[in-house]
Amino acid sequence: MTEIIIVLVKIIFAMMWFLVLTLYLTWAERKESAVMQDRVGANRANIMGVRILGLFQPLADAIKMFFKEDFTPPFSKRFLHNLAPFISFFFSLVTVATIPFGDVLRIGGKTIRLQILDLNIAILFVFAMLSLTIYGVVISGWASNSRWTLLGGLRGAAQLISYEVALGLSLIGLVMVFPTLKFSAFVEYQGGLLFGWLPKWGIFLQPLGFLIFFIAAMAESERVPFDLPEGESEIVGFFTEYGGLKWGLYMFTDFMKLLLISCLLTTFFFGGYHLPWLYADGFHFPWGGTWLLPHGIVVLFQVLAFNLKVFFFCWMQILIRWTYPRFRYDQLMDFGWKLLIPLSLFNIIATAVILKILG
Amino acid sequence: MALCQKYNLPYKMQEFLFFILAIICVGAVLAMILTKNPAYSALWLVLAFLGIAGIFGLLDAPFIAAIQIIIYAGAIMVLFIFVIMMIDVRKGLSPEKKKWTLFLSGFLGLVLLFELITAATGVFSQLKTVGTENIGSPAGLGRLLFTDFLYPFEITSVLIIAALVGAIVLAKKKENE
Repeated sequence: MTEIIIVLVKIIFAMMWFLVLTLYLTWAERKESAVMQDRVGANRANIMGVRILGLFQPLADAIKMFFKEDFTPPFSKRFLHNLAPFISFFFSLVTVATIPFGDVLRIGGKTIRLQILDLNIAILFVFAMLSLTIYGVVISGWASNSRWTLLGGLRGAAQLISYEVALGLSLIGLVMVFPTLKFSAFVEYQGGLLFGWLPKWGIFLQPLGFLIFFIAAMAESERVPFDLPEGESEIVGFFTEYGGLKWGLYMFTDFMKLLLISCLLTTFFFGGYHLPWLYADGFHFPWGGTWLLPHGIVVLFQVLAFNLKVFFFCWMQILIRWTYPRFRYDQLMDFGWKLLIPLSLFNIIATAVILKILG
Repeated sequence: MALCQKYNLPYKMQEFLFFILAIICVGAVLAMILTKNPAYSALWLVLAFLGIAGIFGLLDAPFIAAIQIIIYAGAIMVLFIFVIMMIDVRKGLSPEKKKWTLFLSGFLGLVLLFELITAATGVFSQLKTVGTENIGSPAGLGRLLFTDFLYPFEITSVLIIAALVGAIVLAKKKENE
């Protein structure tokens, strides 16, 4: 019974973390873009005159979206049109189950892994769920029964499928270095040291794999350099016929994918919850000297380290989104098929050769 | 079954899940055959694939379950739906063609049924022995594919490449005309 309660609490915490952070990513995006463009950004939303940097803005947006009319175009295929946003949203949200937020926490004789589901095939699970989000895009484009949304949906599906190939191939090198598909094992492998001082993070072992994964993952999130499926301003995207909360779900899914990518990058390439030189009993510095810490503090440090890394990647992706112009469609396809996929194949071969040489 | 022993679950629960998934699979496939609109049929087939992935999961073969979703539901069916939605097949076949296709599909259906029966009778005796560790683990599957079944594996991939190249050649020819 207690185990079921523990799992439920973990699910609730992880989902709260995911959804609240996603909500505040919208605020972060507005603020960061404003700073980059020398503007003030969203700062008006207030509760009784208190407006802390406009931190209430996402709540105001949410309330606005809730009270908008939920309009389904009469010419649309009603059931699928209503279903589509939930497909995207659900399958993006489910992936949070595999993310390790920290190592085990020991309370009152119980060891709790700070991860909802430690799947043996976690990577494949995440890919499977991501590949199912494509249906949200395709179905919404088709069910809206307008040729422009249909084209948008097909553009989106083609892009997502193309970059999924590069995304999968870029990780094979990493799987060769850390022979596992389990997220917790990935992170444990990265806890070691290279040359006695450098943390054994994925990025130091697989720099090319990291670059390819990062780019392909950004294409999966459908944000600006890769936002051809949506094309908010000029080209008509797949969710043009949506309004109110259902449109909001699509926007939310984008930000959720941004956050998910940050989590995956952290887990795969930046040591997950590891701080350099922090072990289960405290810090052991490579220049000698130790700083022993109680178990609770170590776990706290781990969770904070994970969050910090995730925030860094969120910041980075928003930075990229507001820096680059959009790809043209043929450039996008060329980039994916002719550059990223051959590079990731090269990465696999190079990794195999190096592993063989090192024995 | 295997999963019950591994996680110490009551056997009834597994049975219950199996029947739910089986109903989803069979229902979705029936709906696929019976719906007129090909786009809806394709979506029903996706649901059937998801159900099959669930059954693989029940058999303690999560790797095959994930691959089932990634390859069939996530990639192949998306491309099928892609084409179906693009060309928007509304009109049925002409009556003369319909006779022919009815005959042909009946014949092919019978051949397929015969093939399935011969294939299935060979493994009926082994039905109780599913769920060894090798089925579940990616490492075991990979080892089998690259040692015992290397030739069939490579021949299959050559076949698929041939089909791909053939499709590209056919598409190119039309462009030139």
